[in-house]
Amino acid sequence: MTQLRIPRLAVGLAALSIITAACTATESNSSEPLPAPTATASGTVTFWHFFTGREAEAIKQVVNDFEASHPGVTVKVSSGQDDEKMRQAIAAGKGPDVGLSYSTDIVGNFCSTGAWRDLQPYIDRDQVDLNQLVPVVRAYTEYQGVRCSMPVLADTYGLYYNKKLLADAGYTAPPKTTSELTEMAKKLTRFKANGDIDVIGFMPNLDYYENSPAHWAPHWDAHWFNDDGKSALATDPAWQEMLTWQKQLVDFYTHQKLTKFSAGKGDEFSAANDFERGKVAMMLDGEWRIAFITADKANIDYGTAPFPAADDKSDLYGGGYVSGNITGISKGAKNPEAGWELIKYLTTDTGAIVKLANGIKNVPTTTEALASPDLEVDDNFRTFLDIFAHPGSATSPSTKAGAEYQNLFGTWLVKWQTGRAGDLTAGLEGVAKQIDDSLALAGP
Amino acid sequence: MTTIAPPAVSVPAATRRPARTPAPLRRKRRKHRLFVLALMAPWLLGFCIFFVYPLMATVWFSFTRYNLLSPPEFIGLRNYTFFFTSDPYGLQSVRNTLWLVIFVVPIRILFALLIAQLVIRIKRGGSVFRTIYYLPALAPPVAATLAFCYLFNPATGPVNQALAKLGIGGQPLWFSDPALAKPTLLILSVWGLGDVMVILLAVLLQVPVEQYEAAQLDGANVLQRFRYVTLPFISPVLWFAAVTGVIQMLQFFTQAAVASSVASGVAPVGGGLGERLGYPDNAMLTFPIWLYSKGFASFQLGYACAMAVMLFAVSLAFTVVLLRKSRVFVYGAEEA
Repeated sequence: MTQLRIPRLAVGLAALSIITAACTATESNSSEPLPAPTATASGTVTFWHFFTGREAEAIKQVVNDFEASHPGVTVKVSSGQDDEKMRQAIAAGKGPDVGLSYSTDIVGNFCSTGAWRDLQPYIDRDQVDLNQLVPVVRAYTEYQGVRCSMPVLADTYGLYYNKKLLADAGYTAPPKTTSELTEMAKKLTRFKANGDIDVIGFMPNLDYYENSPAHWAPHWDAHWFNDDGKSALATDPAWQEMLTWQKQLVDFYTHQKLTKFSAGKGDEFSAANDFERGKVAMMLDGEWRIAFITADKANIDYGTAPFPAADDKSDLYGGGYVSGNITGISKGAKNPEAGWELIKYLTTDTGAIVKLANGIKNVPTTTEALASPDLEVDDNFRTFLDIFAHPGSATSPSTKAGAEYQNLFGTWLVKWQTGRAGDLTAGLEGVAKQIDDSLALAGP
Repeated sequence: MTTIAPPAVSVPAATRRPARTPAPLRRKRRKHRLFVLALMAPWLLGFCIFFVYPLMATVWFSFTRYNLLSPPEFIGLRNYTFFFTSDPYGLQSVRNTLWLVIFVVPIRILFALLIAQLVIRIKRGGSVFRTIYYLPALAPPVAATLAFCYLFNPATGPVNQALAKLGIGGQPLWFSDPALAKPTLLILSVWGLGDVMVILLAVLLQVPVEQYEAAQLDGANVLQRFRYVTLPFISPVLWFAAVTGVIQMLQFFTQAAVASSVASGVAPVGGGLGERLGYPDNAMLTFPIWLYSKGFASFQLGYACAMAVMLFAVSLAFTVVLLRKSRVFVYGAEEA
């Protein structure tokens, strides 16, 4: 009897594997032959994006223009959809025809798993000139030679400063180096009678609003990975330099006071934002804040500038972190042809790009749109166009495990800020190992 | 040569082959069985589709690398070994969950018993107090947690403002402090103890009054009456509360996920929930949260399945051990 059990178990497991395999996903279906280039797109396209409120309305207007110029196509738009939800829906075969994500971090995962189709056959067929895309944008929208996404405007990050608060403290210009930033941050900070922070010069916590290691990294020229694909957190001295600077400022304020100040912060994407309320003198943020400040009718006199560079890397001043919104066709899309038409319109039509860029104050991604006279550019917005064009600007790399490497680092940074992480070198070595292990688990 | 005859083996009556049942009776029995099976079929079908198949599939996927989109790739025990050797937060999530089991379960039961004992003694308006203490259990976990996040906000919450008015400086950071995040979850759990209180209330009302009277006549004081009359009588219900409490804590997700998400203060732009769970410093990273995070934020479904299998095994072991130990703690269980 015992001898019989093992084959039975094996047969059972084999049957189970066949049953489960039958119910799981198959390989990407991107190899289907495409229709002839003359084919006219028609039917309904489902389109998911993450925007809400005012920004969703701006997207809707551009989609309306698309429908007007493509009479046979109807677009069903769903706003406020996040990446996790979209990924789960695609896996369940219920994904949208076209998805729009806020982050380039997902490109590696979406391209390598086939969650978004390879767009190259469509690009080749319709002879779309990818050279019209700015090089950094072209790079972050593909992964290991697979182009599964196209850019829908870009985001760049810079320094916002409150002119009145700076003037009151005797400053006429924003800081250009991290030392200047430290000095000004201390002088601009006001404490309450009980010692709590009332107005902060610069918030050094790396989990506050848009503060994050990815957004700070270009200003120290810190790199995430070595050439061999292993984490560079422990081997690139720029990370240590960045975190040592940050911790000194944290210790000046004390972690207790920063956490309390941070706990009372207003919602980032509302009029309660700390900068818009005058509670923060200087802050790292994306170019979209300009539109929020206008829409929220915030009563502040502000300016924008590139974020300060590390003291010993002044040549980096003027650059910054670059990312952007990306769009692609889902695996299992019911109307990929019309979906591609929508993507082509959103990402290559100069009129559409400029209209959307003016609407949500994002940076256009094609050379023609950047040079368009219709693009509304004031002094504050020009700062971000300059950052976008700066050779020192950089983005974060794509991996098969998405932004897992950033999440692992971010989790450790919370411990670092509280002062419980111990030795910095050992800590960074530990996180680097975690990242390498995690990427190994995700597969080659 | 002497040969020894083998002893005669007598077959016990019970092991003898029974007499063949007559065919009509067999047919009737088979018909009866089929009828029962037909009645049970809908349940059996649901059980197989919604329990057996997912369970078996989970076990199978736990031996694979699977991201929901590509076909699963068999990798043997690698997911399991990764958990014990390389997972940066796997063991921390286990420690957090065990903390909740060890502290939340007994403290909830203790407070529920205390409140039930007090409420039962109120002669007039007792039902009002019962309702008041039970009401928090009806609050949806997400809403209740959001309310607590507001109450315990370090900067603007009424709790810290009250502490400040009392002249207490250096107010706690509650959900934002790695050392206090779990104790604050404990306060939230104790606040919502109405479900345990109500079953203890029901069993306390059934304790025979004569036994108290007899104990009182024998000179037993209040504590002795509780120890020798109340406790033995309610012990099965206490044990039930402990077993279900442990299972609940092993699956603890919603409150910790909401509290960590709110306390982190990161705006939910478009990345999803996964990136904010566990804040601060993974103090609120329970095992189910880490499982969710790996499965649906990192899309390592094979790994998440391995964690689910381990959770299932641990829950089962906890339940079996608790039920076996009930003989020691539950009055009358040994005889039963």
